[in-house]
Amino acid sequence: MSARARGRLARRRAVNAIMLAVLATAAVVTVLPLLFILVHLVAKGASSLNPAFFTHMPEPVGEAGGGMANAIAGTLIVIGLALACGLPVGVGAGLYLAEHRGMWLANGVRFLSDVLNGLPSIVMGIFAWQFLVRPVGHFSALSGGVALGAMMIPMIARTTEEMVRTVPPSLREAALALGYAHWRTGVTIVLRTASAGIVTGVLVALARVAGETAPLLFTAFGNQFWSTSVTQPIAALPLQIFNYAISPYDDWHRLAWAGALVLIALILVISLIARVATRARFDTGSGD
Amino acid sequence: MSAAPMSPAVLMAEGPGTVVRIHGRQVGDRVYRGTITFSAVCVPLLVALVGWEIAVAGWPTFRHFGLSFLTSSDWDPVKERFGAAPAICGTLVSSAIALVIATPLAVGVSVFLSELAPRWMRQPVGFLVDLLAAIPSVVYGLWGIFVLLPLLRDPVMPFLRDTLGLGKTPFFSGPAYGPSMLAAGLILAIMVLPYIASVSREVLLAVPRAQREAALALGATRWETIWRAVVPYARSGIIGGIILGLGRALGETMAVTMLIGNRQQISASLLAPGYTMASLIANEFSEASSDAHLSALMAVGFTLLVITIIVNAVARWLVWRVGGGAASKPL
Repeated sequence: MSARARGRLARRRAVNAIMLAVLATAAVVTVLPLLFILVHLVAKGASSLNPAFFTHMPEPVGEAGGGMANAIAGTLIVIGLALACGLPVGVGAGLYLAEHRGMWLANGVRFLSDVLNGLPSIVMGIFAWQFLVRPVGHFSALSGGVALGAMMIPMIARTTEEMVRTVPPSLREAALALGYAHWRTGVTIVLRTASAGIVTGVLVALARVAGETAPLLFTAFGNQFWSTSVTQPIAALPLQIFNYAISPYDDWHRLAWAGALVLIALILVISLIARVATRARFDTGSGD
Repeated sequence: MSAAPMSPAVLMAEGPGTVVRIHGRQVGDRVYRGTITFSAVCVPLLVALVGWEIAVAGWPTFRHFGLSFLTSSDWDPVKERFGAAPAICGTLVSSAIALVIATPLAVGVSVFLSELAPRWMRQPVGFLVDLLAAIPSVVYGLWGIFVLLPLLRDPVMPFLRDTLGLGKTPFFSGPAYGPSMLAAGLILAIMVLPYIASVSREVLLAVPRAQREAALALGATRWETIWRAVVPYARSGIIGGIILGLGRALGETMAVTMLIGNRQQISASLLAPGYTMASLIANEFSEASSDAHLSALMAVGFTLLVITIIVNAVARWLVWRVGGGAASKPL
């Protein structure tokens, strides 16, 4: 090997080593903010977490203590409403997409689902305001639920489609051959077989909208008092965190951190249930 | 797959009981088809409804101001003069900052995970990156206000401006407030990173094995294999992922609202506060009292809607083209 060739090889090896190190560094740098955020959340939020946080109402500024009971309840109600709006339509659309692959309507719906999925959440918020709040004349939990539910539809539809596609055609054909009607095959064979995956998808979508704030700003609006009425403004954790975070009061900042910790915990629990739901069915270790 | 239609004669021949059952089955099938078709049609209807409602609400503004609504930077609710240029400009600049920071990191981490990382490392690290996408925008904003802003105000911005000498350029001049275009761009970078990384990983995994093996067999180093054989193959998919990240960055609201400073101005300096379309709506919508103000905010929303739809359509098209369906998993 000539000296020149050796030099070239050495340089290529050096470049190789440097670039591999750069790639590994990119991975580390990417994960760092996450660790930072989690550490800060626990450090600043945990000290304000006590039973009162979950059972008490917000106190006026200056009075110590107080909790976010109304916001926690409100968040659960709003995401429940979102689920009621988004789940049936999403699963139905997903079934349609899986059963009519290649047809123009299915292609169009799939494309528009992805478009809908990419719409900014604040746009959903002003849409729900114009559609439900303005005509009615006041903010309501329901309008917030509809905004979040509309955001869930494309996510649920696309995962349902993916999951239904994994159902072996032979299973469906066997059911049809045994004289099952088309609809019964769809509901009891296809949907049931794919149900674990669909549940996962639904929970992931739920976790994503549970933390949404922008669509609730002009719909659910927030509420300082205890309210469980779907036609009235309602408190929600993300809204409360936002309001407390931009306030000038230290007490409220502490509550905001605690609220953020609770919100993250809620989202992680939903995601965790999603994983467990998947494992329970597909425990062959194929992973996800 | 659908059953052949049966003639009434056949149905009759099977006896009355069978007729009822088969008839009932046909009704059930019709209801089933009707239900799922209706659900599917709901999606285009919803997209149309969203577009329609917002367009109608914003129409008076577009009619009154015409194109000058997009180019004027005069935003005065009291005098009812509205121009969205600072918000549009701020949206584009903050998103650009986010992409410049996030793209190399996201592509780096996805190449690392798909090509280099040992098997045991892939899932946990991939999970951590996905977790970044699960953190709500408002929590990023909270963290940004209390951790990122103080950091920027004290060591980082003065360092960039004075020590590195960037302050001589117009982009890093002026007083270093915390809330700024730079702060918004940074938080957006963290937020869009997982989206770009997830699409990149997807398309990198779709690169055929032979592509790598051939390069290695020709004597390429691992880096040369990655750079010359793998990444080019996945290029348009990765670009699609970046544009998808751009779509997210354009529409992000809460974290940006909390960090950008919310000021109607166009400034060359990244250290100065600004506005984005989404944060403008978030800030002023509930305080808008006049119809003209509301309509102007709706018009801003419509502009944002149109921009994000175009950006997302381009991104999907690029990702689909490279993956041939394999990489079309929902996000």
